[in-house]
Amino acid sequence: METVGHIEVTRTEADWTLTGSLHEWLVTVDHKRLGLMYVVSALVFMVIGGVLAIVMRAQLAVPDNTLVPPDVFNRLFTMHGTTMVFLVGMPFLAGLANYLVPLMIGARDMAFPRLNAFGYWIFVFGGLLLYFSYIGGEGMAGHGTAPDVGWFAYSPLTEHPFSRGTSTDYWILSITLTGIGSISSAINVIATTLSMRCKGMTLARMPLFVWLLVVVSGMILVAIPPLTAAQVMLLLDRYLGAHFFDTQAGGSAVLWQHFFWIFGHPEVYILMLPGFACASEIIPVFSRKPMFGRAAMVGATVSIGFIGLGVWAHHMFTIGMPPAANTFFVASTMLVAVPTGVKIFNWIATMYGGKIWFATPMLFCVGFLFQFLIAGLTGVMLAAAPFDWQLSDSYFVVAHFHYVLLGGLLFTLFAGIYYWFPKATGRMLDETLGRWHFWLLVIGFHLTFDTLHFAGILGMPRRIYTYAAGRGWEGVNLVASMGVVFQTAAILCFIWNVVRSLEHGKEAGNDPWDAWTLEWATSSPPPEYNFAKLPEVRSSRPLWDIKHPADPDWKYE
Amino acid sequence: MTAHVDEEWTLPDRGRVGVLCLIATEAALFAIFVVAYLFYVGASRIGPLPKDVLELPIWPTVCLLSSSITVWFAEHALHDRRLRAFVSWVVVTAILGAEFIRQTALEWRHLIVVDHLTISTNVFGTTFYSLVGLHASHVLAGLGLFTLVLVVSLRGRTMLEHARRFQFLAWYWHFVDAVWIVVFSVVYVVSR
Amino acid sequence: MSSDVLHAVTNIFRPASTPAQSIYTLSMLVLAVCGAIFLTVAGVLTYTIVRFRRPSFDIDREPPQVYGSNQIEIAWTVIPVLIVIVLTMATARVISEVQNRRPSADAMSITVVGHQWWWEIRYPALGVVTANELHVPVSAPARPRPVFLRLESVDVAHSFWVPQLAGKTDLIPNRSNTMWIEPKVEGVFLGNCAEFCGMQHANMLLRVIVESADEFSKWVSLQRQNARRDHPGEQIFLSLSCINCHAVGGTAAAGLFGPDLSHLMSRQTLGAGVIPNTPANLRRWIRDPQVMKPGNLMPNMQLSDRELDQVHSYLLSLR
Repeated sequence: METVGHIEVTRTEADWTLTGSLHEWLVTVDHKRLGLMYVVSALVFMVIGGVLAIVMRAQLAVPDNTLVPPDVFNRLFTMHGTTMVFLVGMPFLAGLANYLVPLMIGARDMAFPRLNAFGYWIFVFGGLLLYFSYIGGEGMAGHGTAPDVGWFAYSPLTEHPFSRGTSTDYWILSITLTGIGSISSAINVIATTLSMRCKGMTLARMPLFVWLLVVVSGMILVAIPPLTAAQVMLLLDRYLGAHFFDTQAGGSAVLWQHFFWIFGHPEVYILMLPGFACASEIIPVFSRKPMFGRAAMVGATVSIGFIGLGVWAHHMFTIGMPPAANTFFVASTMLVAVPTGVKIFNWIATMYGGKIWFATPMLFCVGFLFQFLIAGLTGVMLAAAPFDWQLSDSYFVVAHFHYVLLGGLLFTLFAGIYYWFPKATGRMLDETLGRWHFWLLVIGFHLTFDTLHFAGILGMPRRIYTYAAGRGWEGVNLVASMGVVFQTAAILCFIWNVVRSLEHGKEAGNDPWDAWTLEWATSSPPPEYNFAKLPEVRSSRPLWDIKHPADPDWKYE
Repeated sequence: MTAHVDEEWTLPDRGRVGVLCLIATEAALFAIFVVAYLFYVGASRIGPLPKDVLELPIWPTVCLLSSSITVWFAEHALHDRRLRAFVSWVVVTAILGAEFIRQTALEWRHLIVVDHLTISTNVFGTTFYSLVGLHASHVLAGLGLFTLVLVVSLRGRTMLEHARRFQFLAWYWHFVDAVWIVVFSVVYVVSR
Repeated sequence: MSSDVLHAVTNIFRPASTPAQSIYTLSMLVLAVCGAIFLTVAGVLTYTIVRFRRPSFDIDREPPQVYGSNQIEIAWTVIPVLIVIVLTMATARVISEVQNRRPSADAMSITVVGHQWWWEIRYPALGVVTANELHVPVSAPARPRPVFLRLESVDVAHSFWVPQLAGKTDLIPNRSNTMWIEPKVEGVFLGNCAEFCGMQHANMLLRVIVESADEFSKWVSLQRQNARRDHPGEQIFLSLSCINCHAVGGTAAAGLFGPDLSHLMSRQTLGAGVIPNTPANLRRWIRDPQVMKPGNLMPNMQLSDRELDQVHSYLLSLR
């Protein structure tokens, strides 16, 4: 029997999260169950999105390939991007937030449990609707066509004359629905954090994970509506004859781009910041030191949130904006690199002078640090507008954002999974399989995405289903496609690790990592009510204070 | 887990935070439609143009803005547990809101049938109907919620326990009115 | 002739034109700065993970708990801001260099109109209409001859990208963009459409033929002429629905939907670069354009073998 303080949590109570009938799961409003459902759904969509990528890389491995015809390829990259952003990244962060925030602030659930469930199920519906297009969608190539307009769906390609049928509408509707789900989650996270912290947990004492997710939620509230608005406008164009983006009748193609990227750029910070949140919890614990410069980390995060709302047109450097506008966005984009860099420096300073334990969560964080550094620097290159006039819409950009989202975000999400899986299930994931997972992913990721930078430098544009021999693109594409084999092996390793550990993993106990935040103060998994007695805290590391009564944090904070 | 925390621990009400977040996100949504409207001011290649067909909607504006005052009275009545006064004020608010909708409908009928301005006529039509329509749909949603409140109030004394929640609806309603001030200024004043 | 040299590999770091050169210089600066930052930070990170590994002994004692340092935070905020200021200024200069170049009164101007999935090329001052390839005279250092391109689109967004000659600029319907090139090297430079524009975006290819002033004049004279009128197949061609989409100068064919065919055989490729322009390929294309460029907007015209021969032979005469 685990004990929390002096109050016993029985095995049955601890196992509550993971047991229960199908009906209980379908109607649950518990944040832990919903959190798990979000994460599992995100992983399922990640595998699907990955399969789409495997087919694309197979097609592009050699020149003049005929593995898939152009219309299929165009659907592949559209669905791959849309899936990874909206059906993997967003639900993953919602899952982490909903599972961990109440535990980390010493609360029993989210502020609005039913809203939580609503957000989850509307996301599921949106995801299923998107994929239903493979059966129900109508496009220029006939029946059963998914959307094929790219994940950012530039107009007027998406207007009726150029995208007949309904495939584009599946994209519009499903993304609008998942957007509503994201907004619901965001409202919930902010209300929970502001209104339900346990006694003594001032905002300054909240874990960095919670801070980052509050900023993410604020960004969601402000950045998703532009996308929703643009989607509604596009639907009005397509069905009621409106002319928002209808260039044949005086509408503006550029207006769509502005609206989309006013959403789209903050969106990539919305995706990445939860990865930073995981890193900010894991790196201190595995370096055995507090986060270096907590206040600076919070300040940097808030800066990223604000400045990130003012950089969007760096996605539009090639549309012919005047020099002053281009220069403004160069400046703001380069500026946002500063707080991002400061965060990297603080993570390294946390490790410096510590006693670093390279368990699997930390391995993934170290990989993240190297890879995100590179991703940020290629971002600085893209921020130099004239350089971007060459690199934009080429494989260099593809390599850059996969470096951010795969090399950065996915690595930290895996770190988070290895770190919190014991808390959620009561069992440890296997360390050996974890190492195999990590190294296979590192090899595969670098084989693919290091080389794709060079494809861009050699002039290879994005979103082409094939290319002629003799352009110099054959070698890089072949190597990039080989990386897929290793990445697939890594994911299979991970899935096997999860499946095996659920039954046979080592028992975790409350606090397998000797960590310091409140989620480790209760059983693994936590009982339905989270804490037998709601905690009271005096510092940002309440468990450190308990474990080190002679040297508590509240003396120094 | 106990620590010696002596100060009082009060946190904001979660419903208030929630509704403020909702208002923030709706503000962002309206902002984009306003930006689209402003972007296309003067850009219509064919008529009708705003100055040709738009008249200042004084009466609907008076109705809607007064309804913010009446909803405030309703809030106070509920807070003071005067249920009958509360119901009366909610009814007046709803009537004022409904009159606003009726006037909008009349205006639109005139624009469509007489002035031949539809959402597909030109970019003015596109941005006018979408912005004004988005606002009107929010007024309708508010009216729906007021109806729900009335139904609950007429069936018993439940609303007394939910005074806190009525405030959220009132705040939403004030937001809708604030948006109208922006829409009114941008559409009927600036662009005409 | 050096203008025949095909620069098939389109490395952005092998500029052959002034704007591409300006971009190259800036990109080298940016790369150098980013490289230095990478070596520094990655170096410190590598040192940290090696030096501060948890020792196998003494794992129970926690290391000194350091909470931060205001001086260090300020230092590593200020230094990056300074780097940002330098890079922004250097970038602003090149933006101005490229975007503020204005044409002189006699500068050559070409209008490029994007179509799904081919390029309409017009030289308004010279009276030339062609498709999918531009010819421009080379710029000698003593006689720079910038060529200004006006970029428009009839349908969706496209992007003009010939990496060795300039950065890309988009062709957006209902909007006119301008860019310029100033090629210093003769040869054939390849490019692609660089904005996803639908089914055959991958095969909307581009080539710029940079040649000597003489060769260019000869080409212009040829292109300005009406098409040859002495082929017996002309009447058959004019009786088929080809003329709904295609134009042939001096005949009744004045279609605007597809490329102008007046001097079809003077071009190097067919289908906007998807196949080389040879008699055999031309016949294959006319027979069924959907085979080599599926989804393109020229349908299979269902010509009989005899019609196919006649049309093929007629088009071969359009030099």
